Amino acid sequence: MEQVVEAVKALAAGFAETFKHLFRKPITEQYPEYKRPLPERARGRIILTRDPDGEERCVSCFLCSAVCPVTCISMEGDEKPNGRRYPLWFRINFARCIYCGLCEEACPTSAIQLTPDYEFSKSTPLDFIYEKEDLLVDHQGKDKNYNYYRYAGITTDEGKKGEHIGEDKPVDVKSNLP
Amino acid sequence: MMLNWLAGFLVLIIKLTVVLFFLLFVAAYLVWVERKFLARLQIRYGPNRAGKFGLLQPLADVVKMLTKEDTVPDGADKAFFLIAPAIVATTAFVMFAVVPFGSDLTLFGRKIPMVVTDLNIGLLFVFALSSLGVYGVALGGWASNSKYGLLGGIRGAAQMISYELSLGLSLIPIIMLAHSFSIVDIVDAQASYPFIVVQPVAFIIFMISAMAESKRIPFDLPEAENELVAGYHTEYSGMRFGLFFLGEYVNMMVFGGIVSVLFLGGWRGPFLPSFLWLFIKILLVALFMIWVRGTLPRLRYDQLMTIGWKVLIPVALLNILATAAVGVMIH
Repeated sequence: MEQVVEAVKALAAGFAETFKHLFRKPITEQYPEYKRPLPERARGRIILTRDPDGEERCVSCFLCSAVCPVTCISMEGDEKPNGRRYPLWFRINFARCIYCGLCEEACPTSAIQLTPDYEFSKSTPLDFIYEKEDLLVDHQGKDKNYNYYRYAGITTDEGKKGEHIGEDKPVDVKSNLP
Repeated sequence: MMLNWLAGFLVLIIKLTVVLFFLLFVAAYLVWVERKFLARLQIRYGPNRAGKFGLLQPLADVVKMLTKEDTVPDGADKAFFLIAPAIVATTAFVMFAVVPFGSDLTLFGRKIPMVVTDLNIGLLFVFALSSLGVYGVALGGWASNSKYGLLGGIRGAAQMISYELSLGLSLIPIIMLAHSFSIVDIVDAQASYPFIVVQPVAFIIFMISAMAESKRIPFDLPEAENELVAGYHTEYSGMRFGLFFLGEYVNMMVFGGIVSVLFLGGWRGPFLPSFLWLFIKILLVALFMIWVRGTLPRLRYDQLMTIGWKVLIPVALLNILATAAVGVMIH
């Protein structure tokens, strides 16, 4: 008999609990209307940025492509007459990308960067293949002032050898003088 | 004579149509009510995208079900596989035929009883059909040639046969009180007070057995999602799955209707029109079933059988004896 009373009590407690929940405000976040604030360094869609002069930053060094754990980045390198290297074409397959951010870490020129944009779902996988013109943006992203060719020790329209920031004059190998 | 027959036939067809469409409509919206109410019990919103408050959700679901591919698995027994959902849905619908849904209506000097058919064995008819519903579950599970389906079907058959007994036994006191198997007579016998007042034990046993019969959550072993994928309807898709689903919800409504008719006084109630009272009572029973679903976890198989055979059936038998004794003492 005591057991029965105990069991009925336990049942009643359960029913009371769910009944109380009936009058609580639902805790569901209504997604498209309410977007949860993202963490500061949230990683989403990848972009290719330009340097402060508006030139492409990417020098098509293949480091991002090499480091990518899912090999979703591919490109073909080429060189302009003024000595700057650039990607002839640059392709990211976002259907495969895992947004790990390794490409951004590998990039020596701050060209490839991840944005916090995560809302770009598509109806067909082919739409996820982004070409260079889809990736290239008209701003500097997170690294506002960096211009790779002002530091790089190669001859371009930014300067000859020895004229770059923090670079010594080239040593004359034919002379013994210091 | 001929005219009289024709008029009767016409009235019957109209009643059938109204009841069928009402059942279909309410079953569809019962799904919405269940999802909404259950969501609130779990502090969620429930469907709220299709239309205002998600009110178009049942419509969207029907469109989805109808446009989905109707697959039949390789190795399935095709004939049985295709017919099983229809058995479940049909038996559920036909059961409502004996439930009276209002006081008699007088139209053009002719009395129209507000019930599709007043069988003098109404209650037995309900039991017969609810037992037939087991065939849909068992055949569907067996014919899909899948282990989950088969296990679900076997569980369904065992569970429904076990609970059929306590379901029937719990109602014998009601029949003793009303002196009739006809559901119309039973409602008439509750003119002064509903039977729940004098038969609370029978009411509780009937509610538990009815929930087990309609395979609702504490007793949903035949479709136990986390063990059997979806049990007997694992292999079904499209509208055939929809029929199983529909049958389940119509079953819920029919049992709600039978509970209200046998214990809560049926369509009797003050102020409001009689059919509305029945509807309100069905809805309350349905809401209670949803509340139960939101509260209790699923029983284990042995617990299910223990409750059925060792608790409900002896208590129901004792209840019959007690009712008989009190009846003899009074008369």
